[in-house]
Amino acid sequence: MSFAVAYDRVSKSFAGIPAVRDVSFTARSGRVLGLVGENGAGKSTLMNLLGGLFLPDGGRLQLAGERYEPRSPLEAVRRGVAFIHQELSLFSNLTIAQNIFLTGALDRPRATELLASVGLSLSPDTPVAALSPGERQLVEIAKALSIDARVLIFDEPTTSLTAPERERLFALIDRLRGEGRALIYISHALPDVLRICDDVVVLRDGMVVESGPREAFTHDRLITAMVGRALGEPAPRPGACRGDLLLEVALEGIAFGLHRGEVLGVAGLMGSGRTELARMLFGLDRARGEIRLQGRSLRGLSPRARIARGMAFLTESRRDDGLLLDASVRENATLAAPLTSTEAVATACASVRLPAPMLDRDAVRTLSGGNQQKVVLAKWLLTRPSVLILDEPTRGIDVAAKREIGRVIDELVTGGAGVLLISSELEELMALSDRLMVMRQGRIVGEVHRAAFDSEAILRLALGDAS
Amino acid sequence: MGREGAENTMTALPLILPAWRRRGRIIQSDAWVLALCGIYLLIAAPSAPELLSRQGLANIVSNALPLCAVTIGQMLVLITGGIDLSVTATIGLASVAGASAMIGGGTGLGIAAMLATGLTVGLGNGLAVARLGMPPFIVTLTTMMFGSGLAVWTTHSASVPGLPSSFMALGRPLVPLALVAGLALAVNHGLRRTVLGRWLFAVGGNPRTARVSGVPVAWTLIAAYAASGLCAALGAVLYTARLETGSPVLGQRIFLDVIAATVIGGTSLFGGRGTVVGTVCGVVFITLVDNSFTLLGLSSFVVLIAKGALILLAAVIDLLRRRHRT
Repeated sequence: MSFAVAYDRVSKSFAGIPAVRDVSFTARSGRVLGLVGENGAGKSTLMNLLGGLFLPDGGRLQLAGERYEPRSPLEAVRRGVAFIHQELSLFSNLTIAQNIFLTGALDRPRATELLASVGLSLSPDTPVAALSPGERQLVEIAKALSIDARVLIFDEPTTSLTAPERERLFALIDRLRGEGRALIYISHALPDVLRICDDVVVLRDGMVVESGPREAFTHDRLITAMVGRALGEPAPRPGACRGDLLLEVALEGIAFGLHRGEVLGVAGLMGSGRTELARMLFGLDRARGEIRLQGRSLRGLSPRARIARGMAFLTESRRDDGLLLDASVRENATLAAPLTSTEAVATACASVRLPAPMLDRDAVRTLSGGNQQKVVLAKWLLTRPSVLILDEPTRGIDVAAKREIGRVIDELVTGGAGVLLISSELEELMALSDRLMVMRQGRIVGEVHRAAFDSEAILRLALGDAS
Repeated sequence: MGREGAENTMTALPLILPAWRRRGRIIQSDAWVLALCGIYLLIAAPSAPELLSRQGLANIVSNALPLCAVTIGQMLVLITGGIDLSVTATIGLASVAGASAMIGGGTGLGIAAMLATGLTVGLGNGLAVARLGMPPFIVTLTTMMFGSGLAVWTTHSASVPGLPSSFMALGRPLVPLALVAGLALAVNHGLRRTVLGRWLFAVGGNPRTARVSGVPVAWTLIAAYAASGLCAALGAVLYTARLETGSPVLGQRIFLDVIAATVIGGTSLFGGRGTVVGTVCGVVFITLVDNSFTLLGLSSFVVLIAKGALILLAAVIDLLRRRHRT
């Protein structure tokens, strides 16, 4: 049996933090390989290595038996590796044909042919903006076929599809497999994986924990493998006593309260609506429903007014909307509370363990991820928040900084604040939260108290399986 | 021998590279514009000695002052990451509106009319950019066309002479100097010491971060465009007093000078950077170039080419500054 893609002891770290370690597996021609794992298990890193976004630190990749070291996405395309992305990567302002032949000469008859081969009876001159998500995905596949891709990678291909669109996709995947192409299928939808894949690889913490033919797996075994062994009873957090109700939320499909002295965790897969919830709470996006802070409605209030009433929001991306990268630590830390005294700034920086000499020295651009996150945290501490929303506060930072952030959360709730903690790392959520809400498709689908924390059960809720 | 030379070049590379990095520091500072002025004077003065005469220097100062007022306003808008193309039209419109009001109602009313015109145009720009979310380029291009059209149409493209002598007093060198110096000091203080100043830089640095951090982004933008309109109106007051007539086409030719002076003075076209000191230096430099070219008797087209080259140079330096920071 010929193999298309082989990972051989591949490792990759970012800023000293390993993303994948010693990964070996093979995707064969004429078969579909399912790749499963929790958020952050290393799936994206493995696929980005294949797509030429970066090179491995150790180990090697092979493609059709030859050494494969793509240095750019273009090189990956030239070698016949194509991605069908989770966030569709077509230009909606161009036509189908223009998208398919983005880098080559426009060949309308060939475009029609390709569209027919994926079961789309549309004119190649149709603008992509007019297509449904499912149709766009088929155009992406047609684009992959236009370069005669031998390896196709599907990243969460069913999230935005209707049921008939999904069946059509599966039929097409069957046909591509029959043509002898190698397919890699990444999904959280485990029933789909068990249905259409021939082989399955389970990743956890950047390592392959199990792999084998589909017949070797059941739904339960997949989940157990993804989560790992039982983690033992989480240690009780000091000061975990619940006080008055701080925040009351009643939105479509989302109803909960946050109390003083409480850390409320929000679990869910990427795209389950956690960040959207945080943005609505903070007044960055319009919310349908009622949000009350200490009994007073927040309807129509700007983020500025919400900050004045005691809300704070550490966003998911420091670079995009957390920091002024070219400004100093002091300028960043005092952005939300501009009239802060120098002593107060120094105290806040000390309480997040930011070295004092950093205050005015350089642009925060030059700091490490961990120190950058501490700057954002110091900014919010200076507003003296009663409700702090943290969206992925430990993403991309080192272990020591993670521990500091955990400590700051503890201090805040001990001081009577309430914390809403969003994280993709289930272990972290379970370690820090008093209570967990699980979100799926923009709704809260379950709530678990600390005594009943169980990673398998939480993952089941997040995945939304009936079983 | 040649081979030895090549080897020397190779070994010299590691020495040259740090020097290039150090040069980044010099580019970062404001001082290089002053150095540029000095070097330029040394080169130009021998061919045009009048430049350094009493009259020559007085000319530079009196040309630089109104330009300085307009440019400081433009700098505020550039700091927020926008641009105000309408300043020249504002000058013309404010000039004729003020001159007409002055003839009927006296100097005070005339000056008030000029400032009100600038403020109105600026507020209109600010509201469109901040509240409607329109691109600054389109908004201010439209107001520029509208404003300059209105100024010429209402006056049938004639100037408005016969201004009161009390207004003409504003054309004497000391009064503009005091006004512009006051403006520069006030804006400098505002940018460096007030919350609004920090908001301007925050909005230009990253509007999304600014919004999440509770900065009133819309109000900050409106304030910047309103300030630019007011500064343009102050420019109109000074230009009109110097010319002793209201003119609908006043200031039509200064737009390139305004942009060149800000960029040479270290204001970033990408937003988030700019200082009053740098801007004043930029204005002095661009005025120096302008006056000396005139004294050298060069064609106005040559002047245009030279200014274009200067803006390009300044924009490249702006780009280098960004590179050195990342």
